[in-house]
Amino acid sequence: MMRYALQRALQGVLVLVAASFAIYVLLGLMPGDPIDLMISGNPQITPDDVRRLRELYGIDRPILARYAEWATAALQGDLGYSRLYAKPVLAAIGPALANTGVLMLAAFAAALAIGLPLGLLAAAKRGSAADAAINGFAFVSAATPSFWLGLMLIALFAVVLGWLPASALPLPGQDGLGARLVGLVLPVATLALVEAGEYARYMRSAASEALAQDWVRTARAKGASSTRVLFGHVLRNAAIPVATVAALGFGGLFSGALVTETIFAYPGMGKLIYDAILGSDYNLALACLLMAAGLVIVANFAADLAYAALDPRVSVA
Amino acid sequence: MSPRFALPLGILAVLALAAAAIPLLGADPDAIDLAKRYAGPSLTHPLGTDELGRDVALRLLYGARVSLAVAIAAALAAVAIGTAIGLAAGTLGGRIDGALMRATDAVLALPVLPVLIVLAAIDTQKLGLPQSDDVGLWRIIVIVALFGWPKVARLVRATALALVNRDFVRAATALGAGRLRIMAVHILPNCAGPLLVATALAAGGTILYESVLSFLGLGIQPPTASWGNMLTNAQETIWQAPWLALWPGLAILLTVTAINLLADALQDKIAGRR
Repeated sequence: MMRYALQRALQGVLVLVAASFAIYVLLGLMPGDPIDLMISGNPQITPDDVRRLRELYGIDRPILARYAEWATAALQGDLGYSRLYAKPVLAAIGPALANTGVLMLAAFAAALAIGLPLGLLAAAKRGSAADAAINGFAFVSAATPSFWLGLMLIALFAVVLGWLPASALPLPGQDGLGARLVGLVLPVATLALVEAGEYARYMRSAASEALAQDWVRTARAKGASSTRVLFGHVLRNAAIPVATVAALGFGGLFSGALVTETIFAYPGMGKLIYDAILGSDYNLALACLLMAAGLVIVANFAADLAYAALDPRVSVA
Repeated sequence: MSPRFALPLGILAVLALAAAAIPLLGADPDAIDLAKRYAGPSLTHPLGTDELGRDVALRLLYGARVSLAVAIAAALAAVAIGTAIGLAAGTLGGRIDGALMRATDAVLALPVLPVLIVLAAIDTQKLGLPQSDDVGLWRIIVIVALFGWPKVARLVRATALALVNRDFVRAATALGAGRLRIMAVHILPNCAGPLLVATALAAGGTILYESVLSFLGLGIQPPTASWGNMLTNAQETIWQAPWLALWPGLAILLTVTAINLLADALQDKIAGRR
């Protein structure tokens, strides 16, 4: 198990390196570079200046050399300056990361708390009215665009009923803890409702699959109660595909948070990434994307460990 | 035909027919009529008009053309790539599995939406491609397919992994079946269930990705109507006309739900259940 964990950790690092290079190359393909921005900002710039600036910033060198230089600096903790926020990149990311963390954790916990019990219940009572209702919820939830759900919640609770604010951040002067929590209700609800259906759907399908196996019949024949069969046998086997989906859901959750943040004007990573990319803030965009990739890799690593712990066949392979 | 097939098939067929036939009507979905802004439902405008007095129902149907075309093309591409990779990884195991799954992880580890935004913002001229309206549509299809396959690959692999040690596969190996035969005859048919779920998620997912990119202003560009960019306008006018946000979202919801229901019915059919 230890060897397996180390092996997967090493692979995770390799994936991060590959992902960071891909991100670096992709951002290089964005329209305009820093020099273009200077040209548009200064009408008196001469072609000579442009050439000198390109040399100064190293833009005329091959992409691998530039990547190596950026990666070396990044490993030493220097991710450069943010053009949009006029401060070191890490100082711009810090508060945004904390905000997004709060949103994602709250939404993830809520989605699991809604989705997993619903899925297990549906599988246990397959064919009942409860199953049909839960199945319907899962289908609708999986098909709902998170940004539209957010808009609908705003239209209903902010515009028509006036119960909750449309913006996640309270007005200046009223930003107590209570006002912050109230502002989080709609964004968290949006994100959790969209994710919950997926968890319920996979839990239901995995648990149903497990229930149809011979060993369930054997357990029942030996006199195990249906509770014991469900929690002792079915849940353990259903957990393997569900763990995969939950970890895969982490990246989706992050993307969902990005959209949700733009709708509710929530100052998190999503808004930071969107602003950085559209505002050609390369250093910031690079660091944000790298951090996001790192988080997803850690989540996948956790899923692999859970996978191995729950299914001994996997660690042998 | 059971209602589980008839209902989603009916919804999708009606939508596809309406989307295909709508140009025959000869009405311009981009026609602006400022005198009739925010009109309520009427006989001439069944779903009313938007902030520029354009007919909402007409724009919804033109948006359906874009969404359906992107969904079909991108989902087929994503499933083909994902199945091949997942099957090879799960069945062959060892180093091949390791390499393929690390590649899959690398793509999955890219946070989808930010990278979609980067890809959508890429200057195609830097890649030596011409700039035109068609490029916009193809760009969305390629981007969405590039991100659809890893989920399919992982699900297929997970299923294959659980199957390779089962007795019927060992028996086939003992009888001298080659790896390709094992993959095609023994593993693939048993992956059908998860694969159909994955296909549904891919097709539905492509519609959702396309709509979110268009919503953020990076996908299908206005004035061409798409369900996503109709919602962009609806967000800006939500305090004046909250009902405008309803229809494009419902269209997405209905379409994606129908696709998922269809796949679910197929899955049960293949698994031999009711």
